[in-house]
This record gives sequence, C-alpha cells and structure tokens, in this order.
Amino acid sequence: MIELTAQTIPFYILAVIAVISALAVVSLKNLVHSVLFLALFFFCMAGFYILLKAEFLAAVQIFVYVGGITVLFLFLIMLTFKVADKRLRQTNEQWLIAFVMVILFGWLLVTGLSETNWEIAEWSGPEKTIPVIGKLLLTTYIFPFEVVSVVLLAALIGAIVIARK
Amino acid sequence: MSYLYQTDELMKLIYETLAGFCEQYAIPLLYLDLAIMLVAVGIIAGFVSVSVMFMVWLERKVSAHMQDRLGPMRVGPHGALQTIADAIKLLFKERITPQKADKWVYTLAPVVIFASAMAAYVVIPWSPGMIIADLNIGLLYLLAIGSVAVIGLLMAGWGSNNKYSLLSAFRCGAQIISYEVAATLSCLGVIMLTGSLSMVDIVNAQKDMGWPFIVVQPIGFLIYLIAGTAEVNRAPFDLAEAESELIAGFHTEYSAMGFSMFFLAEYANMFIVSAIAATLFLGGWAGPVLPPVVWFLLKTFGLVFVFMWFRWTFPRIRVDQLMVFGWKFLIPLAFVNLLVTGIVMLL
Repeated sequence: MIELTAQTIPFYILAVIAVISALAVVSLKNLVHSVLFLALFFFCMAGFYILLKAEFLAAVQIFVYVGGITVLFLFLIMLTFKVADKRLRQTNEQWLIAFVMVILFGWLLVTGLSETNWEIAEWSGPEKTIPVIGKLLLTTYIFPFEVVSVVLLAALIGAIVIARK
Repeated sequence: MSYLYQTDELMKLIYETLAGFCEQYAIPLLYLDLAIMLVAVGIIAGFVSVSVMFMVWLERKVSAHMQDRLGPMRVGPHGALQTIADAIKLLFKERITPQKADKWVYTLAPVVIFASAMAAYVVIPWSPGMIIADLNIGLLYLLAIGSVAVIGLLMAGWGSNNKYSLLSAFRCGAQIISYEVAATLSCLGVIMLTGSLSMVDIVNAQKDMGWPFIVVQPIGFLIYLIAGTAEVNRAPFDLAEAESELIAGFHTEYSAMGFSMFFLAEYANMFIVSAIAATLFLGGWAGPVLPPVVWFLLKTFGLVFVFMWFRWTFPRIRVDQLMVFGWKFLIPLAFVNLLVTGIVMLL
C-alpha cells in the first residue's frame, strides 16, 4: 500500500516529524519547549508546501510563522518569567467533556477522509508561482487583499493603544 | 583556461561525464544527484571554515592597523596561521553545561544558528552555473532562513539560565526583527527592476543592463548596508554584545565547540550579507577581464572589509537610538525609495 519513491519518502519523514512535534506542543509541560516544537512543526509544513511545488508559500510559511509568530510567542513567554519557569498542568476540570468532543471530532475526520474519493488533478500548476499569485492578488482578489490589510492595520493600532495604557 | 570563465559549461561537462558513468554501470540518476548534493555541502562547509578563519585574521589585522598596532605577528607570516592555532585550541577545550541550564535548549541553540547560516549558502551565485540550487524564490528564501536565527539566539539566551544572556538575546532579537523590515524593503527595489527573485536572474539583469544596480538604487544599497550591519550585530549596532553591560552577550555561558559555532555563524553571516549586497547591488559575478568567481569574491570581501571598517570607526549607539533610527528613519526612507523606483519605472 505504501509506495516508496523520491516524492513519498520525504513526505513520510516530514509527516512523522510533524505529528510528533504537534503532539509535543500540546503535551510538554514547559511552555518554551512547546513553542520550540511549534516552530519545528511549522518547518514541516513548509516542507509539505515544497513537496506540493508551492515554493512561495513555503518561504512565506518560514518567514512569517517561524521567523515572526514563533519569535513573538517566545518573547511573550520569556518576558513573563513565572510562566516560563513553571511546569504547567495540562488539564483542568473539563477534561472529560473535552475528551468526548475530541473523540467525536476524530471520528468525523476519519470517516470524512476515508469516504472521500480523492482525485488526482492532471494539471500541475505554473512553473513560477510568484508572478501568478502577485497578479491574482492585485486584480481578481484585490478587495479581500485590501480588507485583510485594513484588518491587520486595525489590530496593529489596537495593540499600540493597549500597550500605551 | 576558458572553463574558468564559462563555468556553466564546465559544470555541464562534469555532470554529463558523471551521468554517462552512471549509465554505463546502471546506477539510477537519483543517486548521482544525492552524491552531488553531499559533495556540494562538503565544499560549502570547507569554504565556510576556511573563509571564517581568514575573516577573523583580517578583522584582527584591520583593527590593529587602524589603531596603529601590528596585530598577530608570531604564528606564520604576518600571523596568518594565528586563527588555525586558535581553532585547534578551541577544539581541545572542555564543553561546559551550566548546572541550571535547560540542557536540550542550551545544546541545540548553536546548532540552530549555525544551520540557518549554512542554509543560506544554497542560493549564493558564485559564478555562472556554480550555484547549489537556483531557486526561483532565491532572495525570499535567504530572508526567510535569516529570520530563523532569532529562534536560535533566544534559545541560547533562555537556555543558559543567565540573566545577562537573556537580556542580550532580547536585544539581539528585537534588533534583528526591526532591521529585517528595512533590509527586506531595500531589496524590493532590485526585485521590482528585475521582476524575479532568483539570484541568477538578478545578476543577469545587471549584466544585460551594462551597469550594476547600485547606479540606479544607491539609497537601497545604503539602507541594505546599514540594516545588514545591524542584522549581523556588528558595531555600531553591537548592543547584543556590549561587554561593559552584558559580559559577552547571549553566548556568555558557552565554551569549546558551542562557542566556536556561534563564532563561525557570526562570520558566516557577515559573508552572506556581503554576498547578498554584492549580488543585488554590485553586479555579482559580472565584470570585465577577471574570471567571474574572482569578481564575486573580490566584491564580497570588499564589502566584508567595509563592515570591519565600520566596526573600528564608529562608537556603539544606545538602544533607544537604535530603535528610533531603524523605525523612524530607515524604514520610511526605504518606502520613499520604493515609491520613487515605482514611479520612475511607470514613466
């Protein structure tokens, strides 16, 4: 069933690392360790994008998520010393309800994935993705693109206002 | 002799010879590609260690002569073998892990920083055809890989469990993130002119135009040079290593191999920033008479010298001056530069 080729071997290696690091993110007791595993997970995601021939997305994934968001997380956690030092508990009194919901959601995912007929497209995408993405963002999708920019700007100003108080 | 100039032909010849050899013995081409990749990694690792040793010696000599001293003179002619002696001494030192350090984070931090520095060499265009991978996202890849180093810095600072290391890591992280914006914006002007992110395309565009991009993007070049100095944490922006305030910086607790990896990464990063500036603004390998590799190395090491010149000329600035200069002067200037470039291109 499992085919080993030049494309699938990297996929399986990445998949194993991604699953292990994702589990580590939610199960480790030290927040800094969790965030570092989150960075590793984002790296694996970038690897998947490269396997799918979306190099631009892969680079942006590393640039924004590993270089930006993870670093921000690290700054926040390390600046609040009590959080970084503690061995935090992973559960609270609602764990039973959460467990039931997770089982239900997992069942939904497994049945959904196994019953879908996955079709493989013939078209493999353009050779260079960046010019195509750039053109689409500034023509067809100009409105959502601008809306997202305004939302981000609002969040930025909001953060500054809160920080100044 | 002509192969020294047409390195793309040379590379093609080598590859075709090896591919023919593989065909003769029925070896799949995949193995050949893997072997070539391993050899390329070995060559780069060798180049990094040798060039870093050279740069360390150069730095000591440049600083000495600027201060009217001689610098290292004893080991080898003009002290040329001094860094080799130092490196051997470092290898024999004891590796110390502080008792209260976070062992894994502490041990892996230099690896992360060193790996991110090494990974950048993949898209450096040495000469026509001599590039490990001509990615069509080349420049974006360089910027993305460079931003990963911040995680390594924070790991080193936090993992050491030393408040001076942590303070230094914060300073360093904040500085790199701030000046990354200016560096990226200054590169955008070149990307607009070229219409491609591939390093090879950028060099070829300058070759076709007949002069390097520094002629049309002088402000972009200056912004990149300043932001690059800040990104590699060198004076006047070396607040992360301000000895009088922070002992030695984020690597205070490291010894032996861990310390030498930080050292290697620091100088390798300086080489990378110089190589990017040389490729983007000075025409990369393009140049008359001399072979392309020589031109590339001349331009790159010329910029390395400029970085050393900066270090031994300007005094260190304060944290608030650093942030104000970055956010209120450099970034707006980069935006104006972009706007002017765009308007000129439209006309």
